[in-house]
Amino acid sequence: MSTLEIKDLHVSVILDDENSKPILKGVNLTINSGEIHAIMGPNGSGKSTLASTIAGHPKYRVDSGEILLDGEDVTEMSVDERARAGLFLAMQYPVEIPGVTMSNFLRSAKTAIDGEAPSLRTWTKDVKEAMGELKIDPDFIARNVNEGFSGGEKKRHEILQLELLKPKFGILDETDSGLDVDALKIVSEGVNRAHQNNDMGVLLITHYTRILRYIKPEFVHVFVDGHMVDQGGPELADRLEEEGYVSYIGK
Amino acid sequence: MSNIENKSHNSPAIPGMTDEGEKLATEQVQDDTIRVEKKTVDTSRAGRPTSYKVEDFAELTGREEDWRFTPLKRLGGLHTDALTGQGVDISVSAPDSVSVETVNRDDSRIGSAGIPEDRVAANAWSSFSEATVITVGQEDELDQHIALQIQGTSMEPTAQHIVVETKPFSKAVVALRHAGSAVVSQNVEFKVGDSSSLTVVSVQEWNDDAIHASAQYAKLGRDARFKHINISLGGNLVRVTPSTKFSAPGAETEMYGLYFVDAGQHIESRLFVDHSVPNCKSRVTYKGALQGRNAHSVWVGDVLIGKDAEGTDTYELNRNLILEDGPRADSVPNLEIETGLIDGAGHASTTGQLDDEHLWYLQARGIPEAEARRLVVRGFLNEIIQQIHIPELEEKLMDALEEELALSNN
Ligand SMILES: Nc1ncnc2c1ncn2[C@@H]1O[C@H](COP(=O)(O)OP(=O)(O)O)[C@@H](O)[C@H]1O
Ligand SMILES: [Mg+2]
Repeated sequence: MSTLEIKDLHVSVILDDENSKPILKGVNLTINSGEIHAIMGPNGSGKSTLASTIAGHPKYRVDSGEILLDGEDVTEMSVDERARAGLFLAMQYPVEIPGVTMSNFLRSAKTAIDGEAPSLRTWTKDVKEAMGELKIDPDFIARNVNEGFSGGEKKRHEILQLELLKPKFGILDETDSGLDVDALKIVSEGVNRAHQNNDMGVLLITHYTRILRYIKPEFVHVFVDGHMVDQGGPELADRLEEEGYVSYIGK
Repeated sequence: MSNIENKSHNSPAIPGMTDEGEKLATEQVQDDTIRVEKKTVDTSRAGRPTSYKVEDFAELTGREEDWRFTPLKRLGGLHTDALTGQGVDISVSAPDSVSVETVNRDDSRIGSAGIPEDRVAANAWSSFSEATVITVGQEDELDQHIALQIQGTSMEPTAQHIVVETKPFSKAVVALRHAGSAVVSQNVEFKVGDSSSLTVVSVQEWNDDAIHASAQYAKLGRDARFKHINISLGGNLVRVTPSTKFSAPGAETEMYGLYFVDAGQHIESRLFVDHSVPNCKSRVTYKGALQGRNAHSVWVGDVLIGKDAEGTDTYELNRNLILEDGPRADSVPNLEIETGLIDGAGHASTTGQLDDEHLWYLQARGIPEAEARRLVVRGFLNEIIQQIHIPELEEKLMDALEEELALSNN
């Protein structure tokens, strides 16, 4: 059993050498292994900032507060150390890397996370199987990381990595945006598999309720202007579906 | 001139490296900076003097257009001294059907593809006593490559001359590998016969003290295919000037280059593609990585499209990746166009650093920073290595690149 705890987190985005802008204004959240939490909020409320800060993007500076993984402060860790400690961010905008093939990349990542190279035979089989389930064309393994992939293909590859790398906690930043219904189902099934097979904790960040038809959160948090303004069970998502965020904005 | 396309602002192979890289470059001109210049056509490449005789070229001052980036002091006398040394050994291994000869300087095949365009090349041409001539017979399609090992043995200034001819409808791959220590000026001629196909890989993996000037001339017959891959890794000063001249329509040239420049090294690549006949195609792609104090790369790409060269299709590209503070990369694409009736002409030049977002993505998947850097640089350079198609050479070069990468203090 693992726990990810965020305590009174204040974060600024670094604009340039001299300027920064406060975005997160005291975020509190605790997730345990196997739990699914949805964070819902309007555009610009700071959801991606929260996700990227947990993963350690250098553009964001923690002003105060803590992010603890099983009691260890991850804000002291480098980006790759956090990933090896069991955190995984499925990015809203996955990065294209010219010249680095998916196959080379996946193997390097798996080796780094496990601390040893995977056995070739099982690894090849695992990758093939996971790609098949996510309906990813086998040719993609020879292509460069995310290069020339459509929006939907990039999202599927994020989930492919989530399944192969088996993190303790998966943070999904608007994985649903830009997906058609078929792709949304495929991607959601991938997340559900990782959740079930690995007892992964899920932090599902979204603007819309659409994905909650396929991934069922036990906890729903409403996020406005850099902090949580409400929380509840799945029924809260239904209310947001009908009413939107209007009642929370300006509070 | 309506159908001339300037593709300078194409999407970059490394995001964030195009326009900003160029701007950054022209704005800061200090010691350890990146310089990219776009020359407007003032000194036309067409008017450059050519001669086999060293005395027809004025002594170098370093202010000449084609020498302005080269530290003459480090040329080891290649521009001033008689090149009478015996500082390099050449050994050739070739399939049985290939003719390999050592000939005197009055052999009729010498001069069939090239004529020097600078003093150092002319000095070698005036000095060499024997040449190596390699001939691939008509319709002979080789399934093994021809390997030339050029081994430096002493630092006496030396001249070398090599001629490779592929007769019509033949097909060959030639690998020239330079190693050891030497001070050598070289003329290498490639006469690519009608409808023949020649791939040349020239690898400079010299010792740290070597000084090497290499003029490599390709003259292409009708419908010929030429591919040139120029890889410079080792040496104190390495200056390679590959050129392609089209003598009849329908031919294609692809010229690739890779350089990895370490502290104190000067690696220069000056390309020339001479489109003087119609319907020929050229592609130039050079990539370089630089690290360490006073690492200096120079890339100059001259493309000349003459008034009769209708239907020309050309594109040239140079990308430089600066791995740490200290190096300097000069990059000068230069396109001269004398006819509007062409299919396409463009160039791009970028110089930049590793993209932080690439490193972020790889690290976010658990890959440590140093390894993430290596992955990205390897990927950047791999595009050129992949052109070689000689597995054992590709492997050796990848190992050599790994060693270079291990040197960097990243
Ligand atoms: N790199 C940045 N530069 C300037 N402002 C930023 C940057 N990143 C985020 N912001 C600002 O921070 C706020 C939160 O952004 P973000 O975390 O992306 O929100 P969300 O994911 O909820 O849409 C927005 O007002 C956005 O404009
Ligand atoms: Mg966002």
